Amino acid sequence: MMKTINGLLTPLRRIPTSAWLIALLIISILLPLPLDNYQRAVLWQTGIFAIVGLSLNIIVGYAGMFQLGHAAFYALGAYTVAILNLKFGIPVFLGMIAAVVVSGVVGFALTRPILHLRGDYLAIVTIAFGEIVRMLLVNNVGGITGGANGLFGIQLPSIFGFTFRSVLSHYYLVLFFVVVTVIAMRRLENSRLGRNWNYVREDEVAAEAMGVDVVRAKATAFLLGSGWAGLAGALYATRIGVISPDMSKFLESVIMFCIVVLGGTGSIPGIFVGTAGMIILPEVFRFVKDWRDGFVGLAMVLMMIFRPMGLWPSRRVAMEMGEDEDMPVLSQP
Amino acid sequence: MELLAQNILNGVTIGAFYALIALGYTMVYGVLKLINFAHGDLFMWGSYLGYTGLTLLLGLGLRGGPWMIVPVIIAAMLIVALAGVLLERSAYRPLRTAGRLPPIISALGVAFVLESLARNIYGATYITYPSVATPTGGIYLIGDVRASTMQILALAVSFAMMASLWAFVNFTRTGTAMRAVSLDHDTSRLMGIDVNRIITVVFLIGPGLGAVAGILVALYYGSFDFTMGMTFGLKAFIAAILGGIGNIPGAMLGGMILGIVESLGAGYISPQWKDVIAYVLLALTLIVRPTGLLGERVAEKL
Repeated sequence: MMKTINGLLTPLRRIPTSAWLIALLIISILLPLPLDNYQRAVLWQTGIFAIVGLSLNIIVGYAGMFQLGHAAFYALGAYTVAILNLKFGIPVFLGMIAAVVVSGVVGFALTRPILHLRGDYLAIVTIAFGEIVRMLLVNNVGGITGGANGLFGIQLPSIFGFTFRSVLSHYYLVLFFVVVTVIAMRRLENSRLGRNWNYVREDEVAAEAMGVDVVRAKATAFLLGSGWAGLAGALYATRIGVISPDMSKFLESVIMFCIVVLGGTGSIPGIFVGTAGMIILPEVFRFVKDWRDGFVGLAMVLMMIFRPMGLWPSRRVAMEMGEDEDMPVLSQP
Repeated sequence: MELLAQNILNGVTIGAFYALIALGYTMVYGVLKLINFAHGDLFMWGSYLGYTGLTLLLGLGLRGGPWMIVPVIIAAMLIVALAGVLLERSAYRPLRTAGRLPPIISALGVAFVLESLARNIYGATYITYPSVATPTGGIYLIGDVRASTMQILALAVSFAMMASLWAFVNFTRTGTAMRAVSLDHDTSRLMGIDVNRIITVVFLIGPGLGAVAGILVALYYGSFDFTMGMTFGLKAFIAAILGGIGNIPGAMLGGMILGIVESLGAGYISPQWKDVIAYVLLALTLIVRPTGLLGERVAEKL
């Protein structure tokens, strides 16, 4: 089973990634035109989650840390934009910058004391953080979060006299940010920082010995990843206009985590495949109504059994995994 | 003073539920180093099966009463334990060598499936147990501190379960083997232990205890819905961490502490904040003492 999929994908992998990206961009621009507004909204949501997935990919994919509370920072971004807009009348685009800053700083401050924790322990604390953020929003801290009902009436974004009203315009707005994100991630992947993250993921002790500041690398991953999730949350809030504490639900964090792992950790095209799988697939499965989550769950289990490294793994990860298969590592003394 | 005593009593009861569920998490973590996210949903299935069992018994035209709980608990325990083994065989065993990420995703997937099944079979509404099955009455301990029959029953069953598990793990051959497997799979195999059999035993006991907790929780609170697996499961998981994951007495202790702290927090601060208290407690424990209260120091990767 795995062999056949690999056999099908290998020739595709030989095409350079930049060619794929340009083709994808052209398709993304043309795709919503023949569709109706509902389908455009699904695409818009896919774009939002692609940004979230790419941001989480920094933490999970590049730096190899388990983050199961990512939705908290997505929600924080949305709330920042909403509160600034509703209480202080600050325009949405300025609020977006603030959202990135707030989510990033909070993500950095919260995770800084727990960076020393091992993988699964880290996952648990991040679950707790996600829930704490949700509870704080539900309990209406400081009287500005609107409690369980959330906030509504957020203005539409406008720039140079153009207001983003239609679904299509919002789709292109999100697409713009997706492109920016992809370019940024490509640069980041091959930067010194990106390589440091990969070192840390593979072997912390060896990385430390090579002069990589492990704590700093991990903290930076959380800073950038959380901040960028805040941007996605802000984009979401500006079209929907209504936000609620449910944005920080554990289930949302799980979906984000699955996007990264199902698509292929550390791989940018993988994130898009994963997002399509987790956002578009459930919409396709709408005819099975309430069984939808069950099918998605089943797909997750089967995926992991037959293709544990994700549908489109990054070359670095694939190489590492391939090595392990061919050369049995000598057992430790 | 009496309010304090009452709150502690209620806390101990809830703590006993957390402890029963936490045992399932901690035992699986002990032998497989896997966070079994589907455990909360197995526990919830215990509640649903209990409901089905009680309705079936009442449907037979028998005179209803609290005695019905006994056969129902036993039946639910057996079914959920078998489901646990089936789950391990199908979703976790193929992934045992795949690293740490894939089993977690697989566990989350199974949780989705179990939740979806429950919602489609029983509906998205709250399920209420037939009232004839619920024990009524209670006794006054000191002054106004009241222990309901339900509380006494829940505590008695939970403590009996935990005591027998403790004895099983410490004084039987299988229990000793279980402790060995949680230390080192390969060495255990060299010592002649059938590791797969031990893992099967763990997946029988953990979900079995979870099913008992499921029925007790449903009886205690009166009603539940399909989201209970996630919410209650997460709390029980916190209890396991508090006590030190992988450590069986730790899970019991952690459950008790979490139950009491939550109950006191709800009584003296505000019920709205009780979940926040639980999560903050978890975060603080992991920052200050990542191995939990009774957990042994686990060596970092070297």
